[in-house]
Amino acid sequence: MAEWAEEITHVAGTDLAMIKGGTGKPLLVLHEELGHPGWMSWHEALAKERTLLIPIQPGYGKSPRVEQIRNVHELGMFYSWVMREMNVGQIDVVGFSLGGWVAAEMATANSKQFRKMVLVAPSGIKAPEGEILDIFAVTIGTQLNATVLDIAATPEFRKMYGGERTPEQFEAFEDARTESARIAWDPILHNPSLPYFLAGVRGLPTQIIWGREDATVPVSVGEAYKSALKNTDAKLTIFDHCGHRPEIEKSAEFIKLVREFLV
Amino acid sequence: MHIMYFTERPYRDVPEDEVIINRSFFGVPNRFYDAQVGARLYNEYLDEDVYAEEVGFDGIMLNEHHGNPFCMGAVMNVEAAILARITKKVRIVLLGNPLPVVKNPVRLAEELAEIDLISKGRLVPGWVRGAGSEQIFNQANPAYNREYFNEAHDLVMACWTKPGPFRWEGKHFNFRYVNPWVMPYQKPRPPIWIPGVISAETVVWCAKHRYPYIGLGTALQSTVELWNLYGQTAADEGYMAGTENFGYLQQIHVAETEAEAQEQGKCAMFGGGAANFSRPEHTLPPGYNSREATRRLAKQATDYGFLGITSDKLKESQSGDVPHIGIPKPGGDTRDRLRKGQISIAEAKEKIYRNYQKAQDGLQIIIGTPKTVIPKLKLIMEVLRPGVFGLFQAQGPLTTQQRLTSIRLMGQEVLPAMREIAKGLGIVDPFEREPGSRPYTAGTQYDSLVDLEALKRAPKRDESVRV
Amino acid sequence: MNLMYFTERPYRDVPEDEVIKNRGFFGVPNRFFDREKGSQLYNEYLDEMVYSEDVGFDSIMLNEHHGTPFCMGAVMNVEASILARITKRARIVLLGNPLPTFKNPLRIAEELATIDCISHGRLVPGWVRGAGSEQIFNQANPAYNRERFNEAHDLILAAWTRPGPFRWEGKHFNYRYVNPWVLPYQKPHPPIMIPGVLSPETVVWCAEHRYPYLGLGTALSATAELWNIYGDTAAKLGYVAGSENFGYLQHVVVAETEEKAEELGRAHLFGGGQGAFSRPEHTLPPGYNSREATRRLARTMTAGSGGFLGVSAEQLGRSNEPKEPTNLQQVADSTRRRMARGEATVDEARAAIYKSYPKAVEGLQIIAGTPKSVIPKIRKILEVLRPGTFGVFQSQGPVSFEDRMTSIRLLGQEVLPAVREIGKELGIVDGFERIPGSRPFTAGTKRDQLVSLDALRA
Repeated sequence: MAEWAEEITHVAGTDLAMIKGGTGKPLLVLHEELGHPGWMSWHEALAKERTLLIPIQPGYGKSPRVEQIRNVHELGMFYSWVMREMNVGQIDVVGFSLGGWVAAEMATANSKQFRKMVLVAPSGIKAPEGEILDIFAVTIGTQLNATVLDIAATPEFRKMYGGERTPEQFEAFEDARTESARIAWDPILHNPSLPYFLAGVRGLPTQIIWGREDATVPVSVGEAYKSALKNTDAKLTIFDHCGHRPEIEKSAEFIKLVREFLV
Repeated sequence: MHIMYFTERPYRDVPEDEVIINRSFFGVPNRFYDAQVGARLYNEYLDEDVYAEEVGFDGIMLNEHHGNPFCMGAVMNVEAAILARITKKVRIVLLGNPLPVVKNPVRLAEELAEIDLISKGRLVPGWVRGAGSEQIFNQANPAYNREYFNEAHDLVMACWTKPGPFRWEGKHFNFRYVNPWVMPYQKPRPPIWIPGVISAETVVWCAKHRYPYIGLGTALQSTVELWNLYGQTAADEGYMAGTENFGYLQQIHVAETEAEAQEQGKCAMFGGGAANFSRPEHTLPPGYNSREATRRLAKQATDYGFLGITSDKLKESQSGDVPHIGIPKPGGDTRDRLRKGQISIAEAKEKIYRNYQKAQDGLQIIIGTPKTVIPKLKLIMEVLRPGVFGLFQAQGPLTTQQRLTSIRLMGQEVLPAMREIAKGLGIVDPFEREPGSRPYTAGTQYDSLVDLEALKRAPKRDESVRV
Repeated sequence: MNLMYFTERPYRDVPEDEVIKNRGFFGVPNRFFDREKGSQLYNEYLDEMVYSEDVGFDSIMLNEHHGTPFCMGAVMNVEASILARITKRARIVLLGNPLPTFKNPLRIAEELATIDCISHGRLVPGWVRGAGSEQIFNQANPAYNRERFNEAHDLILAAWTRPGPFRWEGKHFNYRYVNPWVLPYQKPHPPIMIPGVLSPETVVWCAEHRYPYLGLGTALSATAELWNIYGDTAAKLGYVAGSENFGYLQHVVVAETEEKAEELGRAHLFGGGQGAFSRPEHTLPPGYNSREATRRLARTMTAGSGGFLGVSAEQLGRSNEPKEPTNLQQVADSTRRRMARGEATVDEARAAIYKSYPKAVEGLQIIAGTPKSVIPKIRKILEVLRPGTFGVFQSQGPVSFEDRMTSIRLLGQEVLPAVREIGKELGIVDGFERIPGSRPFTAGTKRDQLVSLDALRA
């Protein structure tokens, strides 16, 4: 097991919880809308050669809400500030779902802050075909179940969310849902201006990863990201028989793809 | 012919001096509002509407303005709701709900559906962009005015006609679960009319949607031009426009004798009338007009439009209070000179009322006995052939009795005469013939919408005179 | 006492099967709305309200819900407008306008001022946060619900009381030129009343603003506890709270015979009743509750303990389902869950709903009877809670217009006079007889006793 620890540091004018683990050059990991899911096998694999920096979004139970973060772009500005203050220099980033959207917003503001970018099924662009699941108007159970294609075949999903829901877990989900709603309730999980600004991203190799059967953010959004990132080297890889969480549904393929890309 | 009764529901007790000092109705501080008076006036106006139905009007028209003693219909849907219940047969014509300022079009769709249901299908909801001051008052970004208008319109229509639930993701409005339980009484939806003050864009938009266009007291010459534009657009769209596609609103006051009428009718000039609706900085907020419209305005001194833009206001809005930018006009207009302290309030008032006769000569207002007003109305009907005709009760401090008498005389004498004239002219209204229902075959002659010979007989309007 | 007539104005012709299949009233597709029936119902409800004024009610209460056949008051201000003109004496009590769902609160200030003027000062505008489903329907971000409520409230009060023009620059609302021409008839502003379903935050907020708090059919013991919180808060703020600071809404239906009354009372369970107001995902959108409230809910809720449009264990996603449902909320939850899992047919679900009727009667969730049998039950509530305002909530469900009118007539002829007598006997005064918050509290003295726990135990 790689060593990892969660600590709270004062940065960007607030107390911020951050998980750090692994060795090597830093890799910024931006978690999804339900928060950091725990240390999974893909963390373990990537931590062998990279130091993972996983900030826990303010307001997610670990550190106070930052009132000034009122949309996803501003959340990206916040993380940029955090990275500047931590003096990490140009850094690689991997973002999941809403975390991928945040990474994309950061890239539009300054593509040079990243060396390479991995976007895993990010929301953020209105689906050209189908609809982004309205996670704010379904139960947590429905939302969770919609993230993977085959729950039975995804052991890490059961590790993350299996069993009876405890009051603590309910609270944690409510914190996460609340913070996500604060920034992404309207428009429904996208920024209409994002595609335009993504065209301004240059010199940032980008790997977009999607599951073909993603029922949370349709694969058409992946295509939209790829075409919006037309002035940089962006590649879209779609896994068959896979939902919204390729990192646990196609864990081995995912790890291989990301490791090779981040070389 | 569909004949409507209309009043702005003015707060008639506002001190005229305050309007003049403020240089407009919009923005008079609300400390001059007396709720006792307001309560009485609201109810009297509702009484008038009920009475108008009794004497034979086909429709009651309402409008909406915010923060303004010129019109107490701040949320006219309140009055529309009441009329839905207390009247029995008249159409309730809303001209119109200011879509860009409403901010929650789904709620508006519900509200209007309720009113249509309670009235058992008598609602005619119309839409407007809202005057400039409405954007200021409601914090509605004027630079997105037309976009808000279009999207809110499309969303309300979708609410009414597309089975729910569905998701709406637009540029300005997002709704995750559109499924209003309450739907309009009229199917597929209530008929829609659009009032206007000579914006060519609006006329073309109306023609494309087959919505009747109601000219709000606009000068005959330019109205004629725009109606031909409507007709041409209709032909391009493959249908024939006719009298059912048009309406006209005329300010009027009727009394028993000519002397009484002339004395009472002066009140239409009160406070400077519609020309003093709002100050230039509130009339033309940034981006309110399209670039094309702005270019048109900048190049030509426009004629008077209802709450409209004048070349003076345009100039003033550009120079504002900073004299070295503008080239001072010799003398300047009344508002300008008042602002500069070159004239007193009494002089300003005198200047306003001096134009009373000219305003009548140019048909900006029609004042008289039934006998003298009918020929004037006839001339307008001959020129414009509107299927809908709105009679706009004169503004200003008329007494309640004078207003009711005017309504009675209209019902007894003017309305029957107008109906006869309409019959003679072959005018049909949008309820007799569905607007846009007659197909047009390309290359053929389409209906003549206006009468240019009659227009020659119409008086020339002095555009420097504004009511 | 201020006696109010209230109906949700249900769309009574919605097929019950559709409600059960949809597992809630909110979200039944609007293709089931029939305009002829809708038109007739709106007008009948207005007739009822006029009649209730005739038979002696002091007030007519309206409420608002969107996108649901449970309540046709989608924009209740439409009905309030009409009542302002067609009634003569009754107060028009709005409980309440859902402030957080408004994108333009200044427009609401104008709208309500107009209604107050037309009614010559009979408006009682109340405010609510809106049920969860109202946030979904109106695209109102639930994570800012309380903030939007507070700011919209402050803005409307400012628009009504602060001379214009002025600028408003808040967190959620900005206005460059606040100067509504139309201002309320009542000075300095109309009296405000707040309905609630047992949120302590709301109760404290009401006490701070000296606004009467009206419990919406909430369980008596829990209500009594919260009223004591109100009373303590009031004392801290330096005033004595009394019956004028409280109100209570109770479902009551009256008929000529007990048999008929039971038939009407059962209709209250139509489709699952209050407990089936909306599905869990629409009841609790993200951030709708404060973190404290969420924590309280997560730890203290047992299955089926929800109140009026309230939140139950099922709504929270907890699964400790009771074996034998004992109240309306539990029945609705249990039914909904079994339906969702495909374990029950519509008919089975319906049977389960109506089976709970005796328990609902026993728990005073429903009071149905002849005047003679309902008066003692109302008396008990009055003894326990001593509310200055008492609202009678007419039956939901497919009850005929004639039966509804009969209930109103009997209420007016026999129940209201008796209730007034009881109120007098108990020394209950309402918020119009004594202005809430008008009696100073002297530190160190004992505040008024607001509730009677003895009566509760009796």
